[in-house]
Amino acid sequence: MINNNNITKNKEPLFSAKNLKLLKGPLNEVNPITIQVLGICSALAVTVQIKPALVMAISVTVVVAFSNLIISLIRNTIPSRIRIIVQLIIVAALVIIVDQFLKAYMYDVSKKLSVFVGLIITNCIIMGRLEAFAMNNKPWPSFLDGIGNGLGYGIILVIVAFFRELLGSGKILGHQVVPQSFYDAGYIDNGLMILPPMALIIIGIIIWIQRSISKNIVNN
Amino acid sequence: MFSNRYIFIYSTILVIVVAIAITLTSLTLKPKQLENIRIEKMQNILKAANINADKNNAKKLYEQYITECFAVNIKGEKINNINAFNIDLEKEFKKNKVEQQLPVYVCTGKNSEKYYIIPIKGKGLWGPIWGYIGLCDDFNTIYGTFFDHQGETPGLGAEINTDKFQNNFKGKKIFDEKGEFTSVKVIKGGANPDDIHSVDAISGSTITSNGVSEMIKSCLSLYIEFFKNQRQKEICYDKQ
Repeated sequence: MINNNNITKNKEPLFSAKNLKLLKGPLNEVNPITIQVLGICSALAVTVQIKPALVMAISVTVVVAFSNLIISLIRNTIPSRIRIIVQLIIVAALVIIVDQFLKAYMYDVSKKLSVFVGLIITNCIIMGRLEAFAMNNKPWPSFLDGIGNGLGYGIILVIVAFFRELLGSGKILGHQVVPQSFYDAGYIDNGLMILPPMALIIIGIIIWIQRSISKNIVNN
Repeated sequence: MFSNRYIFIYSTILVIVVAIAITLTSLTLKPKQLENIRIEKMQNILKAANINADKNNAKKLYEQYITECFAVNIKGEKINNINAFNIDLEKEFKKNKVEQQLPVYVCTGKNSEKYYIIPIKGKGLWGPIWGYIGLCDDFNTIYGTFFDHQGETPGLGAEINTDKFQNNFKGKKIFDEKGEFTSVKVIKGGANPDDIHSVDAISGSTITSNGVSEMIKSCLSLYIEFFKNQRQKEICYDKQ
């Protein structure tokens, strides 16, 4: 039996259909934000502009992927009574490391993200993936699952940030896209877009659109 | 099932390993982080002298334009033998007024005209706000300003760090005709354009705007004696 398992494991390509599903699933049908409704808090806070949203997305992806990988590697040694604490320590350490790197190499963005980098620790997506996936799966699928979920979180963040930055300050990635002639003609940036409630409403609209396109999500 | 002994040893080893990893990262990246903070400070100081520096040329421009950097006390006397660049305003404000060391940065422009840059620090709605005020050598006219904040509301109070708001201050005066200190106020509902002692507030951010007013007033008032000592009857050369 053990031999058989090893053989099948060796034969399975790195990006088999099953593994690809781990990567792609969270982008749409099991998206952490729109379907599982996790990680909403930071999605509201860092989506005023696209750049911080992008950096946040990358940071979360790195933290989920590597915490999944590490937890999966040591999953058989973790005593189940202290598993949540062990997970937290790993996640917290990774978050601190990411934060230090941002401060050293992307200082301006790290200032914008301020406390929200630290708060990745409490992002439910990460603990959720560790408990639901990494504790019971091999390292490589866990790593892919982490990347998938990080990207699934990130894509929603960037979409929300795109609309908030465009409608709220007339810019995309800091470049003015709404021409001055619009403003001269009486167009005004929507100040409400900059405030957190609009992020919630945009996420709501995304969920609505997603569910009207793929009906099977509703049935499940 | 794992024994208690295993759990204790396991958690101890885990914590030690993690602690070492974090310490190493922090120690290796620390110099780079401190350098970022220094460069940002140089950029901000230059901004108050209307010099736009990015993080790559900030150091060069700072060395080129900021010719002097010293500290004064409340009586306007220079304090010797002190690195004024590293003075932490927050710590100074907690001291007795007599002991406070107040930094002044002197910027010498291309035509060897001088601007005096004063650091300021105060409270906004959600957290600290700070900045620099560049004064012409009449110690009255504002040449340039820089403001920043930690966590003011985006689109409202956070607008204090935009050029649109900061440019309002250019050319305003902090002393009235009789030589009394009036500071520059941020007025809700729009300031009279002819009023040389006030600027428009940002609509929707009353508390941040008041914070800016209060910050400018309280910080500049510490320098009044220094200004009076230094004042010369020169008219500010205004490039605008």
